[in-house]
Amino acid sequence: MSSLLKLDTEGYKALMKRYIETRDEQSLYEIEQASKLFIKNSILPDEIVNMHIQSLKDLYPNLSEDIQYSMNFLLEAMIAYGIAHQEYQQLREKQSELKSEISVAASMQETLLETKKPTIDGLDIGVISVPAHQMNGDYHHFVKGRDGSLGIAIADVIGKGIPAALCMSMIKYAMDSYPEDAMTPKAILANMNRVVERNVDPSMFITMFYAQYLPSDHTLRYASAGHEPGFYYNSSQDTFEELTTKGLVLGVTPDTTYPQYELKIESNDMVILLTDGVTECRDGERFIERQEVLDVIKRYAHLPVQKIVDQTFKYFERLQDFELRDDFTLLILRREV
Amino acid sequence: MKPQSCVNIKKEWDIVAARQLGRDIARKIGFGTVDQARIATTISELSRNIYLYADHGQICFEVIDTFDNKGLCIIAIDVGPGIEDIGQVLEDGYSTSGGLGAGLPGVKRLMDEFDIHSEVGKGTRIKTIKWLR
Repeated sequence: MSSLLKLDTEGYKALMKRYIETRDEQSLYEIEQASKLFIKNSILPDEIVNMHIQSLKDLYPNLSEDIQYSMNFLLEAMIAYGIAHQEYQQLREKQSELKSEISVAASMQETLLETKKPTIDGLDIGVISVPAHQMNGDYHHFVKGRDGSLGIAIADVIGKGIPAALCMSMIKYAMDSYPEDAMTPKAILANMNRVVERNVDPSMFITMFYAQYLPSDHTLRYASAGHEPGFYYNSSQDTFEELTTKGLVLGVTPDTTYPQYELKIESNDMVILLTDGVTECRDGERFIERQEVLDVIKRYAHLPVQKIVDQTFKYFERLQDFELRDDFTLLILRREV
Repeated sequence: MKPQSCVNIKKEWDIVAARQLGRDIARKIGFGTVDQARIATTISELSRNIYLYADHGQICFEVIDTFDNKGLCIIAIDVGPGIEDIGQVLEDGYSTSGGLGAGLPGVKRLMDEFDIHSEVGKGTRIKTIKWLR
């Protein structure tokens, strides 16, 4: 195979001459390779036509004028393609810039929203949160109170991507500004509601579930602001119950109040908190049923809870052809003996 | 700089006249076929903008022939609504006519130098140069 074609008129002419004389496949292969190089080096279609015209003139000095004119005509026809190609190149560059900017923002967000899964005697905790795109519009947060209680917030901005992620960062700051303990779920939601009402565009909706677990008397207190209902797994009866709650999504009116509920947690009972990215998984065109989530959790129930949430995620990720449509957050607590 | 030759743009026909004059001048300066075609496309874009959006305007040509540089300067002047956000019209993919027009970003690519002044409610003046290499 001859060395690479030089990307100039001389090279083009030589190759074209050889092709006209031999009509061999190799010349065609070489011009195909050259054509890729033209694109890589931003040689525009009109310039290629021009190379062709020059080559023709050199090879056939007696070429009829009509043919020459027709080639000039072709060159004019190529001009707009050249401009479009340049625009396309520039848009591609812009896109890759944007992508890298977003990935920087995503890693900043990850650091910002980072929350450590606490270790609490007698309590097994598992959590997984995976964004559909680069940035996460779901949020979860653990707070360990001085009284030994564990606070858990799980929230979802309706929508996904960058706007949702920006919104979540604000929620995180608001949460951080509260004193760590002595805050009941209903008080925290009432507070968050005021923050969201004041600071967030009315077209954005945020739902939040706040739970507080008291290891001393194995009680779960919780309240919800329009959030996807969680589940309680009753181990002795081997049944799941929905954690039904009342409470408006955050930010609708400034003085919303949130009823608080209490639940006794027995040994091996589980509390399952999630966002709608879990329950609204899709199998092809079909939305899954909430029951399916429970079936999957049950299938892995013999494992440590971190394994349960990981496996459940893997199951639904696969079901959706590895393409999440919404941010996915699943959090499970299990009381050990 | 030699005196200007100008073409008034009022009808779509005038675009062709401007292209013709510009191409003739470009050929005389010594531009090759590719550059002639690019200059003609530039003239089209500039005069179509006048034809579509302004009340009336002109496309003027100046031959630049100094000691070290030779080139063609095209100036498009119109009396019209002007452009409010110049940054936006110079952005790829923005075209008020919604068509596949190369628009001003296309002109910037086809030419070597580009300058634009616009006053809302008064008009726009675009000056662009192609150098002979």
